[in-house]
Parts: sequence; C-alpha cells; structure tokens
Amino acid sequence: MNDETWTISLRKPADVAHARKIAMQALDAAGASAIVKTRFVTAVSEIARNAIVHASSGVMVIGMGRLNGNRSIIARCEDRGPGIVDTNAALKDGFSTGRGMGLGLGGSKRLVDRFELETRVGEGTTVVLETRLR
Amino acid sequence: MASDTIDIASILKSDFEKILSAWLRVQAREGIKRTDIISAEETAKQSRDLLSAIARAAEDARVDREFDFGNPAWDGVRQTLGEISKNRTERGVSPTEMAWFVSSLKQAFFTPLRELLSEEPSKLVEQITDATRVVDNFALHAFDCYVQEREAIIERQQSEMTEVSAPVVKIWDRIVTVPLLGTLDSFRAQTVMENLLQAIVEREAEVAIIDITGVSTVDTMVAQHLLKTAAAVRLMGAECVISGISPKIAQTIVHLGVELPNVVTRVDLQSGLAYAFERIGVSTRLNGL
Repeated sequence: MNDETWTISLRKPADVAHARKIAMQALDAAGASAIVKTRFVTAVSEIARNAIVHASSGVMVIGMGRLNGNRSIIARCEDRGPGIVDTNAALKDGFSTGRGMGLGLGGSKRLVDRFELETRVGEGTTVVLETRLR
Repeated sequence: MASDTIDIASILKSDFEKILSAWLRVQAREGIKRTDIISAEETAKQSRDLLSAIARAAEDARVDREFDFGNPAWDGVRQTLGEISKNRTERGVSPTEMAWFVSSLKQAFFTPLRELLSEEPSKLVEQITDATRVVDNFALHAFDCYVQEREAIIERQQSEMTEVSAPVVKIWDRIVTVPLLGTLDSFRAQTVMENLLQAIVEREAEVAIIDITGVSTVDTMVAQHLLKTAAAVRLMGAECVISGISPKIAQTIVHLGVELPNVVTRVDLQSGLAYAFERIGVSTRLNGL
C-alpha cells in the first residue's frame, strides 16, 4: 500500500477538472476497473464543484486506503463555507440552494461505498468519499 | 555630501549614469542578459526607464524604513515594472531571469553606498538594509506582474480552445452533429449551445446529434447543460439526439438520479445517425442485401 496523497486547491471551475484528473490518475495507477473509475471520478467532480459553488473555495486530498479489508481510494474535501443547515434536505434529490439540479450530494453518496458528511453552520463542510478498488 | 543625507534617493541624483552602467554590468555578469531574446539595446533602455522612474519617485517618496510601496508616488515605477514584465513574459523570459533582472539592482546601489559611507559602518548597514527592502519590493511586484501576465496568456489559450473544440458539422441533409471532447464547463456548454442552435437555422436541420463519446465525466452539471441544450433544440422545432452514452456513463447517470426525459439517447454516433435517418425518412441498406 502506498501512502502517497494528492492535494488539490479548489478555487476556480477549472480546478474541478484538475481534481477529476488527479482522481483518475490515482485510480489508473491502482488498477481500478472502468466502472469504479467513472463512478468515483463523477462523485469527486460533484463534491469539488459544491465546495467552489457554495463555499467559494476548498481543499481536496486524495489518497489510498483500506475499506473492510479491501484496497480503496479516499477523497476528502474540506471547505470553510457557510455549512449546510439541513443535511437531510440537502441529501434529498431535487433539493438545491443554488441553480443546479439538486442531485449532486445524494447522487455522490450513491456512487461511492462510503460517504461521510460533516458540517457546522458558519464554519464549513467536510465530505469524505471512499470506494473499494474492486 | 553630509553622511546623514546619503541614501538611494541621493545617489540616484548624483550618480545616476554610474549606477545604471553598474547595474547593466551586474546583469551581464550574472548571465541574465538574454541577448538571444532581448537585445542589449532593449535591456539598456528598459533598465534606464526603470531607474529613471525610481529616481523620480524617490524625490518625493520615502526610501528609508518608512518606505511604503503603496504610496501613489510609486505608481510610475509600478507601471514601468508592469510594462517590462509584460514585454519579457511575451518574449519567453524565465521567472528566474525576471526576478534577477530587478534584484541585481541592489548590487548597483551597494557600491556607491559603500564608497560614500565607508567611515560609518552603522549608517552603511542601515542604508543597505533599506535599499534591500526597497528593491525586494520592486522585484516582488515584477514577479506578480509576470505571473499575472502568464495567467492571462493561459486564459487566452483556454478561450481559444473553447472556440475550436465545438465544431458543428452538417453530417447529412437536415442533420447536424457536434462531437464534444474533454471537459464541458459552463462557458463551453454555452458556446456549444449557441453554435448548435445557429447551425440548426443555417442548415435547416431537423435533427441535431450531440455526441458525448469524448466527454470523460458526465456529472450533474454536464447533464444539466445537455438537457438545456436539448430543450433549446426542441424549441426550435428540431429533434435532439444524445449519442455516445457508454455503459459506465449510463450507470453513473442512473446512480446520480439524473433523468433525461424527452431526449433520445443512443450508445454511439452510428446508432444516433441511424435514428436521425429514420426520422427524416432516409433509408439505408447495405450493398448486396
């Protein structure tokens, strides 16, 4: 298992593409299947964009881990934005405070094996995405 | 000259030409005179322009420990640094060379200060400290300009790429297609939509095929852009087909919870085209069958 991690600062829309690229490279290097790659990278894309749209900036750290004895990939996205007032509502499909479809958060949760959402109003939000490589 | 009035402002007044030629010598010695991309005459002119601007500003503004680069008196220096940075960035000067160009001015200031203040070491140290801070501020500003200029170049290239990467092709009578590649951000999505709608009018198209085979990730934002474009195409009386939905993209879209109502989707461009042929009443058959 390697301990390498990649840190991506999220400030502008192009950084979302960069986060996707880093996640894709990490998954390629780990030998993940095509479907695992597509699902995880899509979730990374949603969460990274959320940080930029709702908190104006954030930091994402991508690294490898272990989930139930299997090798996994982890992306942890942290922002110091306004936080989420009602997490249950935010996870519900179709709920959005912005102009999006309101599917990003709930959708990402369905795309990964482990989804963690930690948020404090006025302080920020941390989302952890983790998926087994096979 | 009384030793307590000696500072970079005073030596710039009394020894301008000497400082300028010393600076040019330092630049040559440090190997930062890129005569291949910037001629010696240009370097001399840029150095003279900058030093003159500094000399002018130093007449009014403080250059001791109260030095404040935010003072409007330094506007001329900032402007000159900006022009030189822009010129050098466009010519491909490296960041190190750009930083050295300004920093090397320090050495040109130190020599006359050392000569004039040789009897008073504490004053000399003070003046060298102040001069260092002043020149460092110039160098940092030049570096900021350099980075900004680089970013502007990258942005220009990005927008140029956006323009070329959304070609709408008339693939058959009354059928247009736009193959999408790479990332579909909001700006590109807008360009694609405009180009496509325009092409529908110009080519009197009845079917528009958006091929997303080359789009690596379809997340909710991309899906939203596609839906908007499809809706606009329908409003213009044409039909929209999205082709290139691979099995992994299909699965991902379902998990995301995205629905694509009223949009015809096909696995690849070929089946998208076959559908379009059917819609406009063109029949295809293989030879010999």
